[in-house]
Amino acid sequence: MGTFHHDRGELHGITVVVDTTGPEVYVGRCDTLDEGAIVLLDADVHIAGVEGSSKEEYVRQVARFGHWKKHERIVIETGKIASVRRLGQVPLQ
Amino acid sequence: MPYDPILVQPMREELTSIGVQELRTGADVDEFMQGKTGTTMIVINSVCGCAAGQARPGVRLALQSDVKPDRVATVFAGQDVEATATLRGYFSQLPPSSPSLALFKDGQVVHFVPRHAIEGRDALSVANDLVAAFNKYCAKSTA
Repeated sequence: MGTFHHDRGELHGITVVVDTTGPEVYVGRCDTLDEGAIVLLDADVHIAGVEGSSKEEYVRQVARFGHWKKHERIVIETGKIASVRRLGQVPLQ
Repeated sequence: MPYDPILVQPMREELTSIGVQELRTGADVDEFMQGKTGTTMIVINSVCGCAAGQARPGVRLALQSDVKPDRVATVFAGQDVEATATLRGYFSQLPPSSPSLALFKDGQVVHFVPRHAIEGRDALSVANDLVAAFNKYCAKSTA
């Protein structure tokens, strides 16, 4: 029992990792994903190199403990996206 | 904005009906948490269907285990706001997450299951992982 929104896509409501073709990697709750962009809610962004750790190190960290919300809503254009995966499926080791 | 209490009530009762103590205020949380030894599990409940819809039945299944925490309580994120904020103060090093499950031993968090580790899984899978944590942290020494 709970709130469901089956019309919003299979990743709606799921916490995802969005890797980009640049140094940024995003983590947040997927709101919508279509041919133009992905919209994340309650999201964080990590910039490899600038913030100390690599993308992989950051993703392993949030896979273990979760992420701190720094943005209410982030829109990432499809052209910048390298991959989208569920955070819950990221190996912890 | 909190959901209608009538809508939320069955989600509360899914846990309270099996003996999970509900903490509705910050004072409830402090009274429950402070100075306690042994093992405690806290269920941070949520209306989220993607995760809480599996977390609650997962907790129900896990608590049928022979080995389980000494005490189990719940707060409802987004509904009992003060209680949830007070509880999060007991493990403020971890990002807020709801639903989520926190297992304490002698007042320290020893196992944490954030929302993303529940999403997309079924209740039995959630329960199996919880039971593994119970066996690791809640088993009584026979020595």
